[in-house]
Amino acid sequence: MPDPILEVRDLSVTFETARGPVRAVRNVNWHLARGEVLAILGESGSGKSVSASAVMDLIDIPPGRIDSGEILFEGRDLLKMSPKERRKINGPRIAMIFQDPLSHLNPVWTVGWQIEEAMVIHGTGRAEARSKMIELLGKVGLPNPAEAAAKYPHQFSGGQRQRVMIAMALALKPDVLIADEPTTALDVTVQAQILALLEDLQRETGMGLLIITHDLGVVAEIADRCIVMNKGEIVETGTPAQIHNDPQHPYTKKLIAAAPGKGQMSDGGDGRSLLLQMRGATKAYGDVAVLHGIDLDIHAGECVAVVGESGSGKSTVAKLITRLEPASGGTAMWKGEDLFTMPPRRLLEVRREVQMVFQDPTQSLNPRMSVQDIISEAWVIHPDILPRHRWRDRVAELLEQVGLEPDHAHRYPHQFSGGQRQRVAIARALALEPRLIICDEAVSALDVQVQAQVIRLLARLGRELNIAYLFIAHDLPVVRDFADSVVVMKLGRVVEQGPVRQIFDTPRQDYTRNLMAASLDPDPDVQAARRRQRQEMMA
Amino acid sequence: MGRFIARRTVASAISLAFLVMAVFFLSRLTGDPTDLYLPLDASQEVRDNFRELNGLNDPILLQFAYYLGDMARLDFGTSLRSAEPALAVVLQAFQWTLVLALVTMAFVTVAAVILGSLAAFNVGGVLDRVATFFSLIGASAPDFWLAIVAIVIFSVNFGWLPTSGTGSIWHWILPVSVLFIRPFGLILQVVRGSMINALGSAYVKTARAKGVAPQPIIFTHALRNAMLPVVTVMGDQAAGMLNGAVIVETIFGFPGVGKLMIDSILQRDFAVILAAIMVTAVAIFIMNLLIDLAYALLDPRIRY
Repeated sequence: MPDPILEVRDLSVTFETARGPVRAVRNVNWHLARGEVLAILGESGSGKSVSASAVMDLIDIPPGRIDSGEILFEGRDLLKMSPKERRKINGPRIAMIFQDPLSHLNPVWTVGWQIEEAMVIHGTGRAEARSKMIELLGKVGLPNPAEAAAKYPHQFSGGQRQRVMIAMALALKPDVLIADEPTTALDVTVQAQILALLEDLQRETGMGLLIITHDLGVVAEIADRCIVMNKGEIVETGTPAQIHNDPQHPYTKKLIAAAPGKGQMSDGGDGRSLLLQMRGATKAYGDVAVLHGIDLDIHAGECVAVVGESGSGKSTVAKLITRLEPASGGTAMWKGEDLFTMPPRRLLEVRREVQMVFQDPTQSLNPRMSVQDIISEAWVIHPDILPRHRWRDRVAELLEQVGLEPDHAHRYPHQFSGGQRQRVAIARALALEPRLIICDEAVSALDVQVQAQVIRLLARLGRELNIAYLFIAHDLPVVRDFADSVVVMKLGRVVEQGPVRQIFDTPRQDYTRNLMAASLDPDPDVQAARRRQRQEMMA
Repeated sequence: MGRFIARRTVASAISLAFLVMAVFFLSRLTGDPTDLYLPLDASQEVRDNFRELNGLNDPILLQFAYYLGDMARLDFGTSLRSAEPALAVVLQAFQWTLVLALVTMAFVTVAAVILGSLAAFNVGGVLDRVATFFSLIGASAPDFWLAIVAIVIFSVNFGWLPTSGTGSIWHWILPVSVLFIRPFGLILQVVRGSMINALGSAYVKTARAKGVAPQPIIFTHALRNAMLPVVTVMGDQAAGMLNGAVIVETIFGFPGVGKLMIDSILQRDFAVILAAIMVTAVAIFIMNLLIDLAYALLDPRIRY
């Protein structure tokens, strides 16, 4: 093994919180060599980002506290250095990029200024920094670098913003680059591009690359070595192939087993009655058309997945069906009536049968309402469903149905974990005994294991209660396991649709094939095959 | 941007038109101007002359039309007290108020922004506690009391500063200081709160990872982001001062528009009151426009 350039030894970090001290990481050891890609894999709350924050001096003390350990950079302990010395290392020697580049770039300064600043504060002259900045923007693949430099972060797409972040981090050719969930907020195709860019740059400069991620696919795609963290401790270390094919620790085994994309694909249900038939649906905001004639069928009890990159119009389709937005044209027949032109009173009845579950239950559940109130509010609006004296029992029943305890009814949303909150949201949707539930990225924000549980729950409810789903998602492995049929959308048009098996096994359109090839598989062998396929497609 | 300014000007002109109407009809509602303007023991002959001279015998709508015509020519009539054109009297006083407001707000802004930012950088630190303590006292102390206490201490007891009037730089110190305290306390708190938010933001984390030192993190990265709510409150406070810092100006005998308005109301100098209302309304409109432009200047995401 080559000499590590960065080494974390026996690091323990505690955060003081209102509920007492939380030990974020305990006795963590890892090292990173030049030219190596190390991944730290973990779910939310595993402490996977904490040691990187300690490296960058980003832990606020208080409420944080470093209990023990050292962080050796070229043999010198960073934790013993003065803040001024550490600022000389941050940037030129160790650089970092983050998830969600929109909030991590300063909204009021041009991207050119922000990249130049990274150089100027470490002693580069203004003029030199300026020419280097333009060069960097070109190198990370932004068209018209000189023009791009004068723009502000909000004027770029998510992928372009991450490219700007990378240009900024690499400005002074650091020895180590730390990437904290660098592709989590991005589309699959953009994710593949950003990972490829990181890999190219890493090979070119020979820097060490530390990737922090929750995504086994990212590990399989890019890492040389992987550390698995759970509850602040390292449970396993190995190559991605070792971790995936032969996990040792029980936690790792569960994590690998929960990864989506390996289950039996649905063959679709035959002879089900047609629930919703959408024909030629269009939507325009002013002069900007976002949907150009969408045809879509949903049968009773069927799960129809809608996939596509951001901006493809997936969520707009959902908004038209629920009439949260009026359609500009077309029809959507629901039991012989057109949803798009239905009078308001009739619409209220239909809305009862069409419910929604959103991506972020933290935002979509009212924080000041108890679970009892959240679920029974539906019956306040639709009083004919259930007499008031039965509300309490029915809420308890619904909570059990989604795998929660009846006495959870008195709790408030913040007292639940993310997965539990999504269960509450599902119970709320079920309260109206819907025929169709629209899930808009409903499992995207959840950890793999929780995601698998929620998907199993949705599948069971679908079978038992004969509920159909319109499942809007960007995560293809989840779609593969859960959907009966798939609609692929691009820029407001349906590119391809069909049974899930056909779309995944024999996609007909290039766009679908690209989407499949860009999607990451947790299995390093599958992933290696996909890389070859991608390279062939590019060649 | 040009279209935005044009749109805002039209909208404000409409508000001003309503204001003009309201002022005319409300002042008629207070009673017959003859009773209001002339001494109680004025003879009937004098009254008739006055009516004839001022067109008060014409129908009310015709009077209103004349009044509008005068407005259009910026002719607000003549001050009863000084026999000068009302507008000139008001503009004279308004200059004093404007300078007083500008000087005070300049001190307030510099002091509140610097201290508020530093307090936010070290929440719970000594500076934060001292600044918060004094700003809360400042924001809650009534200015008429502060003014009187200041005169007692600095003018009467120590004899360091003049009690009232104008003439030298020394005359400005007490009015500016008293006017300073309340907006300073308020704006410092807004700056502090807004800066705590900005300093906890993701882009500040990025700046720290780049190796940016604390001072540029506060003043280059966070402050510009934190300024929008501050500008809003600053505008509100400045508007209050442009309206005439009535109490402070009266106590310190400062010849600003606030004192002028009080004096004119007490002496029923309607022409001057009317002119003063219009001038301050226009000033506040211009200031609001400047605030909107400041938003766009501070935040590139805001475009009109």
